[in-house]
Amino acid sequence: MSANLSLQGVHTHIGRYHILQGVDFVAPEGETTMLLGRNGAGKTTALRTIMGLWRASRGRIMLGDQPLAALATPDIARAGVAYVPETMAVFSDLTVKENLVLAARDGPLDDVRLEWIFGFFPALRKFWLSRAGGLSGGQKQMLSIARAIVEPRRLLLIDEPTKGLAPAIIGALIECLKEIKRTGATILLVEQNFRVAQEVGDHVRVMDGGRIVHQGLMAPLAADSQLQSRLLGLSLDSHQ
Amino acid sequence: MSDTDTGAALPRRRIDIAPALTPLLVAALAAPFIGSPSTFLTLTVAGLAMGMMIFTMASGLTLVFGLMDVLNFGHGAFISLGAYVATLVLLPLAAWSQADSLGLNLGVLLLALLAAGVVCAAAGFVFERVLIVPVYGQHLKQILVTIGGAIVAEQLLYALFGPQQIPLPLPTAFRGSIILGDAAIEKYRIVATFIGLLVFAAQILILDRTKIGLLIRAGVENREMVEALGYRIDRLFVGVFMAGSGLAGLGGVLWAFYREQVHASMGGELLVLTFIVIIVGGLGSVGGCFTGAVLVALIANYAGFLAPKLALVSNILLMVVVLLWRPRGLYPVSGR
Amino acid sequence: MMILSGDAPRSRALSALLVVIVLALALAPFLFPGAKPLNVAANICIYALLVASYDLLLGYTGIVSFAHVMFFGVGAYGVAIALYGLGPGWGALALGVAAALGISVALALAIGLFSLRVQTIFFAMVTLAVAYAFNVLASQLSGLTGGEDGRSFQVPFVLQPGFRLFDGALFGVRITGRVLSYYLVLAVCAALFLVLLRIVNSPFGRVLQAIRENPFRAEALGYRIVFHRTLATCLSAAGATAAGALSALWLHYTGPDTALSFSIQVDVLVIVVIGGMGSMYGAVAGAALFILAQNYLQALMGELSSAAAQAGLPILPGLFHPDRWLLWLGLMFILAVYFVPTGVVGKLRGTEERTQ
Repeated sequence: MSANLSLQGVHTHIGRYHILQGVDFVAPEGETTMLLGRNGAGKTTALRTIMGLWRASRGRIMLGDQPLAALATPDIARAGVAYVPETMAVFSDLTVKENLVLAARDGPLDDVRLEWIFGFFPALRKFWLSRAGGLSGGQKQMLSIARAIVEPRRLLLIDEPTKGLAPAIIGALIECLKEIKRTGATILLVEQNFRVAQEVGDHVRVMDGGRIVHQGLMAPLAADSQLQSRLLGLSLDSHQ
Repeated sequence: MSDTDTGAALPRRRIDIAPALTPLLVAALAAPFIGSPSTFLTLTVAGLAMGMMIFTMASGLTLVFGLMDVLNFGHGAFISLGAYVATLVLLPLAAWSQADSLGLNLGVLLLALLAAGVVCAAAGFVFERVLIVPVYGQHLKQILVTIGGAIVAEQLLYALFGPQQIPLPLPTAFRGSIILGDAAIEKYRIVATFIGLLVFAAQILILDRTKIGLLIRAGVENREMVEALGYRIDRLFVGVFMAGSGLAGLGGVLWAFYREQVHASMGGELLVLTFIVIIVGGLGSVGGCFTGAVLVALIANYAGFLAPKLALVSNILLMVVVLLWRPRGLYPVSGR
Repeated sequence: MMILSGDAPRSRALSALLVVIVLALALAPFLFPGAKPLNVAANICIYALLVASYDLLLGYTGIVSFAHVMFFGVGAYGVAIALYGLGPGWGALALGVAAALGISVALALAIGLFSLRVQTIFFAMVTLAVAYAFNVLASQLSGLTGGEDGRSFQVPFVLQPGFRLFDGALFGVRITGRVLSYYLVLAVCAALFLVLLRIVNSPFGRVLQAIRENPFRAEALGYRIVFHRTLATCLSAAGATAAGALSALWLHYTGPDTALSFSIQVDVLVIVVIGGMGSMYGAVAGAALFILAQNYLQALMGELSSAAAQAGLPILPGLFHPDRWLLWLGLMFILAVYFVPTGVVGKLRGTEERTQ
């Protein structure tokens, strides 16, 4: 049974605004698909629509052969989807531990899994019992990602994880994402940092004006700076 | 890089102490004006007892607003209902109340509290499903509908119980005062304080030590993210609303025994006070509600002694002062 | 058309209803002789003004405030204190009204500016607390306000019941000071209502509605939200103050029950919902329906209650007792919020559009 994520003809309206205007793509199972595009292209809206936080006004969203579009957000999560929002959304008044306990729906925290997470993000071990609101931006981002991987999930929706992070942390993040890939999860990653996109991404989908304007493998796009310039408005070099 | 080095660890659960100290500050400021230590003691105990009662009534409301974003102007109805339930409990058990036995007296009080809690929680379930569910997310309609609900509830109570005041005498063991030196401390006030502290402790335990409490605390901050983690938080809403209504009923019982009478309008009168407490404390925060309740009650009692004309508006003044210092209340919840 | 500031009722049914109401009010002393009907008519005028000024804030600007009755009370007490203290003269009346307006606007300014510091939700609850405090204050300053008992006073000579404009009757009705008082109330309410209509149809009014719909967008377009909201609050307060002054003048009395009670605020909320939020005509239609029901429905309830008691039915006599008028009002109110959110005005306009 495949666990591809597929969107067919998805439209999303927010109030009077027609943000997604017919999004079609497939994010293949077990691979990392980058969702790229200029600001305002609709990338975050696409993720939120898949997660059910905004309702698609038209179209189908399938995870494998399970339709997601009509489900409520908690049910989508229970279908095996994890979401790392752009705002990180860590619970500030809860401790790091409590944030992760909440994310570990299916049972108590798995020590082996935790050790694995601490391997990438040692700060989380150090601040285990500290209030999450006191963490730095980078640490909050780590926590947000840790929440998504504290238990195995079929699909990870990650929105701009490297925004505002120091380069060393980005390195740890890349390693983490590569490891997750090895566990066989499907990842849909929105990312402005093209270096990260290139290192982690297998496939690429470029959005503009609420639609997909380019699909393909990452490698060809990474090698073609003219194409990058046309689709993303700038090339690889200026985004480091 | 600072994220991976081994600098000083962050303090555990650093709690903002300043707002919690404000009641002590108020007490300290009032003491020299009051003069006699015995009067000060009486007033302070009275303030603490009143604070506990108001806290019991208000804590449910603040959680309901914090978690569900629902403004329930009908909360006062549950306060009144609880008081009326207490009168019903005391009808067959009047003998227990008049008996000279602490055990029986305590028994009847606890039964009244239990009955009020259960009835009000059930009423809360009906109220939430019928009136509130259709207007989730629409603040204006919530205000209008819950005010309508409050009016209907009060009138129903009048229709069922009659418009007159109903007396609710204190059980014998709780009448009168204990004399400490020059000070007379009413026994019932001590009982009420104790019960209120129990309620507070129970809430803190549930919020801090249970998974449901975790969900509530997280949900108050960011409902969407809790859903994205796979929890059907709207099922929690009903439970929290019922708990809030039940607590209001408990508060109603405590207050009714304090005044030794019951009337359908008491809920409405106490509602303004309850709103002031949750605004001062910070919407969604139980700790803030506790601090706010103690603060409001202490000031009401000190002002009642020092400047009676000012006493009734003293809580408004308090609210204005607190909001100028902390515009979102003493202990605002992050992310709201 | 100009007099209505271009804001037509836009519905034959609604226009018909309004014409009936206006004619009935204009000719009330002649069509319905007697003290009670005239009292009902005067109340309709006063409440129409009170609710219209509240709708300016709620329906047009989107601000929920529970302090409206406070401004009504300021107007009522202003007139009462002036006429009581300075004697029944027009000068005293003018002074009382002017002072009341000044105080109301000052209070409205303070409230409006305070709302900057707090969220909108807080604002509603704060206004409730402030109104409550004002109520208490009025009772406590009994030297000035007469405390719980209120203030009775004499009105200018021409308005006193014993005054006769001329000997003999006009269409069978003697033109007493009472009739003249009624027409004063009607004229002022009508005039101020038209002013409010002008305001909501002016550019200022349109900005208010834009702010209500989307404050961020309005601000981005360059409108100063604080200025507009504060001005709307002040205008609304002034309208309520005028209504209060007229109410005092009509009753020859002001007290906590008639001028500051929360039940007046509840009545205003009910009328605004039943009439239709965001429409001035809703205030008129709603006030008429509500006041008529309030006065004449209670008699009906009394009948039902006695009938139920005679039939030996349990509980029903209590439920239908005229004192329980609010119970049914509350139920109707809740149903109106759910099922008729656009009120009478919305219903009448909607039916019209659908059948065309």
